[in-house]
Amino acid sequence: MTTTTATELGPLLDRVRAGREFGANVYSTLDVLQVLYDRVLRITPATVDDPDRDRFLLSKGHAVAGYYALLAARGFVPPEWLDDQGGPASRLGDHPDRTLVPGVEIGSGSLGHGLGLGVGTALGLRAQGRTGPRVYVLLGDAELDEGSNHEAIAYAGASGLGSLTAIVLDNRSATYGWPGGAASRFTVNGWSAATVDGRDHDALHAALTGHDDHRPHVVVTDGE
Amino acid sequence: MTSTMRDAFVTSTEEVLADPRTTVVLADISADAFEPAAARYPERVINVGIREQLMIGVAGGLALTGQRPVVHSYAPFLVERAYEQIKLDLDHQGVGAVLVGIGGSYDRAAAGRTHLGPADVALIDTLHGWTVHVPGHPDEVRPLLRDVVCGQDSAYLRLSIRTNSRAYPEAGDLRVVRDAGPGAPLLVAVGPVLDAAVAATADRAVTVAYTHRPRPFDTTGLRTLAGTEVILVEPYLAGTSARVVSEALADRPHRLLALGVGREDLRRYGSAEDHEHWHGLDAAGLRRSVDAFLT
Repeated sequence: MTTTTATELGPLLDRVRAGREFGANVYSTLDVLQVLYDRVLRITPATVDDPDRDRFLLSKGHAVAGYYALLAARGFVPPEWLDDQGGPASRLGDHPDRTLVPGVEIGSGSLGHGLGLGVGTALGLRAQGRTGPRVYVLLGDAELDEGSNHEAIAYAGASGLGSLTAIVLDNRSATYGWPGGAASRFTVNGWSAATVDGRDHDALHAALTGHDDHRPHVVVTDGE
Repeated sequence: MTSTMRDAFVTSTEEVLADPRTTVVLADISADAFEPAAARYPERVINVGIREQLMIGVAGGLALTGQRPVVHSYAPFLVERAYEQIKLDLDHQGVGAVLVGIGGSYDRAAAGRTHLGPADVALIDTLHGWTVHVPGHPDEVRPLLRDVVCGQDSAYLRLSIRTNSRAYPEAGDLRVVRDAGPGAPLLVAVGPVLDAAVAATADRAVTVAYTHRPRPFDTTGLRTLAGTEVILVEPYLAGTSARVVSEALADRPHRLLALGVGREDLRRYGSAEDHEHWHGLDAAGLRRSVDAFLT
């Protein structure tokens, strides 16, 4: 198992940060990204175009700093790219563009698009008889405000889309919150769910691999 | 009973489903008509329920895996409601889909403003690289659908209950229906407004050309046929193609009259024929506009 340690990621993240202050969402995203890329996702720089790769869709595209740092740590992009994020010649924007960054599955930024794209990706893989790959979509709890997510949650549950995993990073940033917890919005539609401490890598790993293949799975991380 | 464009679309889609890439995405509209196809291809005829944002998002995801989505609903729900998904989940991802709309403009006039969709082609025209087909006859639907499904890029197929008496399946490029000789005013009719345009100019020295493909517009044919006066008749928002015609003729003096559906919410029900009359798109209305423009 290759792990991306904090000592390895720290300097890469500093290159992206370039003196700016990052919000809590960047650091909470980093934990789940490390577990995903180190221990869960079957994808490497050599398999970014392999139709049987796992898919990771970053729906909350603003949480991009840790994503870029991790893609650099895992060899998807050269570390030099991190030094000029958002610059006129940069391939790394404040939101990622899938056509510019190797390993990035979707261009995101406007909230509420990743889960629908993830549902379609899972359906496409199913139509092709590819039962191996899983589709992981990372969202924020405030992003759940977007109604488009609820279209996707209801349909994925009703159609038993077992290859789909949604990850909701709960930073308590939704303006009106999710009384009863974000997970209940999924389970009422037939999803399995796990709510875990977003800093605990072993707990994250167990939750991220805790799906049963017969229904979609959601992992809610308690970040604050 | 004559087959409708929607019937032709369903039948033709059943044919293209033989290709394992083809995947139909529905939001309840026409789901009944696709039941036999869904029974045969359960993983490739997908009905997401009344969820138009998801319908386009799913199409984007399907295309990312290499499938060829055919997405269908009423024009106002397909194009207007889910416009941001079309922009981001298809175009920004660098993938394509075939969108097939019914009920554009005022096909279901009695249903009122919520079911009117005159702005669909104008909205698609804000995007880059789309092909738009506006067939004028049910027999034009099958070859057009097959052609766009075989491609990779995005296309919008705009079906209507309004039809011309005759099909011109090969009229992607401008096809001259009546030739009034060199230098005569040129009337370009898009899709199902052709018959009314021909009737309106029956005893006028006006060349009439037809196309069912407003995008990409046949600017080469336009430059060949156009004299000084050009009249554009479109069955959707007036002026939708004025930009394209003006750019194509920018280097020569010309006058352009762009006719189509007005912007005002008339707050009237009635039939498609009634709305054609009120928007001046029946033969009498077109004749009034053409005569005023040419005299």
